[in-house]
Amino acid sequence: MTQESGLGPERRLMSEDAAVRLGDLVQHSALRGLQSYRGQSVLIETAGQLPAVLALLELDGLARRIVLCPPDLAAEHRPALLNEAEVDAIVAEAGLQQAAPLVPRQPERETEWILLTSGTSGRPKLVRHTLASLTEPMRTASSSHANRISGVWSTFYDVRRYGGLTILLRALVSGTSMVLSSPHETVSAFLSRATSAGVKHISGTPTHWRQALMSPQHRAFRPQTVRLSGEIAAQASLDQLSRAFPDAQVTHAFASTEAGVAFEVTDGRAGFPTAYLDRVSPVSLRIEAGTLRIRSARTADFYLAGPPLRDADGYVDTGDIISIEGDRCFFAGRATGVVNVGGSKVHPEEIEAVLNDHPDVQMALVTARRSPITGALVTASIVPADPRADPVLLHDRVLEYCRATLPPHKVPALLRVVPHLAMNAAGKLARA
Amino acid sequence: MTRRDIVLAEFTTVANEQKKRLAPLTDALPLLETGLDSLCFAIVVARLEDAIGIDPFSTDGDAEIPITVGDFIQLYEQAH
Repeated sequence: MTQESGLGPERRLMSEDAAVRLGDLVQHSALRGLQSYRGQSVLIETAGQLPAVLALLELDGLARRIVLCPPDLAAEHRPALLNEAEVDAIVAEAGLQQAAPLVPRQPERETEWILLTSGTSGRPKLVRHTLASLTEPMRTASSSHANRISGVWSTFYDVRRYGGLTILLRALVSGTSMVLSSPHETVSAFLSRATSAGVKHISGTPTHWRQALMSPQHRAFRPQTVRLSGEIAAQASLDQLSRAFPDAQVTHAFASTEAGVAFEVTDGRAGFPTAYLDRVSPVSLRIEAGTLRIRSARTADFYLAGPPLRDADGYVDTGDIISIEGDRCFFAGRATGVVNVGGSKVHPEEIEAVLNDHPDVQMALVTARRSPITGALVTASIVPADPRADPVLLHDRVLEYCRATLPPHKVPALLRVVPHLAMNAAGKLARA
Repeated sequence: MTRRDIVLAEFTTVANEQKKRLAPLTDALPLLETGLDSLCFAIVVARLEDAIGIDPFSTDGDAEIPITVGDFIQLYEQAH
């Protein structure tokens, strides 16, 4: 990869405590005993993002397989990961050194890039990509993408996850600088760092962005592109971001570890045009059994263990339920997240969307609660838009609004007003 | 408030929220004639668990299915 990346000498990767000139990545090796990794399955298990980037740049084209381990992998899942990915060697900080000479080399093989899914519960699945599938969105980028590549990039995501990795590769391929996030850093500190580094393009989940808007630091931040992905982008979130960043284009993208980047929506509206369903290239979409299916050169190939990832026609089932209203497709929730309230199906995301539309609600989380009578009940937690709001009045006002808007089984049986909601390591609302 | 008072107050609250007409509550009144539906009862049970820490339907698998309002109150009065 380094041979073709055209890295400018002054381009940098900036982490919380260090910055690396991208030019140095081409000229020096950071990995001790590089040749010993030839043909091996290598787990990159560094604490920091920057060392992980150095390792994966060197191992691509040399190792048989690179497994990118996010920093939050639960210890209980590690043995299965080592087994499923047939890991021969592990790279951690101790295996890295400062700038030894690099012997120029051509890629010897197509290395498998193994990513972990960001599932909100259970063991993450191992998903097989190649550099070709990961960089495909950049090769078929529209002119609007191409116009945007100048300027510093950043992402709230860890670059060891799909959402972050695609931004990293974009920065590497286009030779732009990039600011890396840090799990130990507050949103305010990250925004300050992004502001002083002059970040122009930045991506994250709607949950990341709601947190950003709650930080006063966002007022000094002047991005040109604000991108949401990984969760459903509600109209209210898009509108809030457009107001907060009037000079920015606020877009939302559909992307997942398994299905890759499918499309970007730039018209500022939630959902996506039904016309996208008619497209064939570079991404073909269809709805089957209510869920969105995607076929493209950007999808992963297969799970290392588990069921087939693609159907007979090559489509990946995203598990995202689509409802069509007029000429627009909307995301209605996850096929696996359905709550059954006395025989009536409820998608938590659908109720979250209603709650998030309420002007007094900053953020909402809807979960199921076991019930001996109806099997399950809907419960909701809301963060007030104004932290000084009277929680009792807010509670009653929001419930009244839910009753006017939703059928009875979808109205939260219990509604809590909370100061904040937890986010998981993938930047999505924690549903556990 | 006694547990009986808390249970009866929750019947009234949930009936109001769910726009149900609550029949005059007596111990002999069958639950199915109170005007509350199964969703209402599910909500009452969940709220009572939060309020007094008891869910007699899950803590004791042998609990008799309550037929009347009196049966229902008794489940809460007898539960530990």
